[in-house]
Amino acid sequence: MAEETEDRGSWLAKTSESLKAKKKRELPNGLWVKCDECQEFIYQKELERTYWICRKCGYHFRISAKGYIDLLSDSGSFQEHFSEIISCDPLKFRDSKKYVDRLKQAREKTGLKESITTGRSRVGGHPVGLGAMDFAFLGGSLASAVGEKITLLIELCIDYGMPLVIVCSSGGARMQEGILSLMQMAKVSSSLAALAQKRLPYVSILTNPTTAGVSASYASLGDIIIAEPGALVGFAGPRVIEQTINQELPPGFQRSEFALEHGMVDMIVTRGELRSTLIRILDFFQKTTRLWERDAASQV
Amino acid sequence: MATDSTWLDFEKPIIELERRMQDLKDFGSKESIEFSAELKRLEHRLAKLKEEIYSGLSSWQKVQLARHPRRPYTLDYVESICSYFVELHGDRTFRDDKAVIGGLAEIEGRPIMVIGQQKGRNTKENLYRNFGMPHPEGYRKALRLMHVAVKFNCPIVSFIDTPGAFPGVGAEERGQSEAIARNLREMATVPVPFVVAVIGEGGSGGALAMAVGDAILMMENAIYSVITPEGCAAILWRDRARAPQAAEALRLTATDLHELGVVDELVPEPLGGAHRDVTSAAATLKEALLRWLDDLSRLSTEELLSRRAAKYRAMGVFERG
Ligand SMILES: [Zn+2]
Repeated sequence: MAEETEDRGSWLAKTSESLKAKKKRELPNGLWVKCDECQEFIYQKELERTYWICRKCGYHFRISAKGYIDLLSDSGSFQEHFSEIISCDPLKFRDSKKYVDRLKQAREKTGLKESITTGRSRVGGHPVGLGAMDFAFLGGSLASAVGEKITLLIELCIDYGMPLVIVCSSGGARMQEGILSLMQMAKVSSSLAALAQKRLPYVSILTNPTTAGVSASYASLGDIIIAEPGALVGFAGPRVIEQTINQELPPGFQRSEFALEHGMVDMIVTRGELRSTLIRILDFFQKTTRLWERDAASQV
Repeated sequence: MATDSTWLDFEKPIIELERRMQDLKDFGSKESIEFSAELKRLEHRLAKLKEEIYSGLSSWQKVQLARHPRRPYTLDYVESICSYFVELHGDRTFRDDKAVIGGLAEIEGRPIMVIGQQKGRNTKENLYRNFGMPHPEGYRKALRLMHVAVKFNCPIVSFIDTPGAFPGVGAEERGQSEAIARNLREMATVPVPFVVAVIGEGGSGGALAMAVGDAILMMENAIYSVITPEGCAAILWRDRARAPQAAEALRLTATDLHELGVVDELVPEPLGGAHRDVTSAAATLKEALLRWLDDLSRLSTEELLSRRAAKYRAMGVFERG
């Protein structure tokens, strides 16, 4: 999106650099990881136990879509749907690299087929439609296939009377599909309007980062919006804003805490509490009459 | 009116030739000398020159035309197309965003609600209009006017012409993302005919936030893109100077968007662009708007909304692998 301009590039660049750097920082046996925020070395086994949260400063390391699916779902309940929907190259886009090559590389690097994984799951016993984005796949960018998968997921929720949960992690729309990527914002928002008319709950979970085209569509349309601590949450990239207003931004600008303060999210929840919080919310919505009826009727 | 410097480089040979012809005409009538043979020759040359220059415009040249400082803006079209216009102001929450205009209007005696992004013609106007870059209040004002339109069963016409949403601290504090996202969802179900006309720059989410409708019309030399060519070049080529290449790759012209199925109708402009003959450009757009409004008004609300949902449901190109 125009609004992020260079900034997404910097994230993408930073991501690949920091991944490289992280590898280097690991000690020879690969058991220690340095915190991006406080520089503390942490035992990797410990990080795995603590949901990849730094014990010293609380920094939330970025985790994969699969990480969130495992974290939120009842054990073994997730069934992936719509993995057959994949990106192609409608514009025959080429910059320094061909888009098709970028896609191929992203698939090889992540083992994923797209920047979102979608499917049916159970959370605390509640059947849900669950989508999780993965920043490692082309910056979690929103493209045609992503919009289609989310739309199919929403339709699945409508068919089965299930709540929708989306874990967002994205720098915005995927430039290589041009206007078609932009239109996915409208497509998904239109599908969410249909979900809302069925009065099915939608919980949006914002992780670091959730910006630009994703922030300005489904990330901000949850009935309940939850953010992880310290996540970059906003529309325009901070660097673009700095360049535009020619002023340094205050510390904490566009972080989750800033978003909460300005009324843009309902709550900040640490990763360790995400699942239990989500269950409490789903428990509540379960009690609403419509859902009782639907659940009884569909018996999913 | 704009100064000489506001002509684009590729327009200048034409402007110079036109000026020479005008001088010759003026001189001829003043001195009562007949220059018709010479004028005829120049006329012929001008036609050839225009043909040469305008038949093969690159995407980058179209970007320049779309941003042309002489290009008609929203209020110019409203003035030309509508016989009646009462501007309305404010989002009723924070303030009146001058980058977005809207109001009660009539087209051929029929009531419509107009909304649109508004650029300024010069520095002073642009500071007032924030260069046509809305804050959240602009989208909320547009949404408020949509609700008024719905209440009184009045079709909506939205004019799109913005470089994009304004990247600023206040815009973030007041929920730029939320304002855009909410409009996207609400526009999907606004139960009145909704026609969008992309008249200049369709700048990403800032444009889209007022551009989800039943019919998307696009002026021949307008652009509509997920990102500015400069921004795209800076990210993917790491060099803003590669913007012309990025413009080509992004497929952001009206022809491109029409081919991609995002735009329903391409509205032809006078040779050289809408700014060369605003009256005729506005007349062509008016004809198209009326035709779409007529067609859409015949649909029941259910048909209208299910058509709109299907239109956006079908957006995108992907594979099943
Ligand atoms: Zn730390």
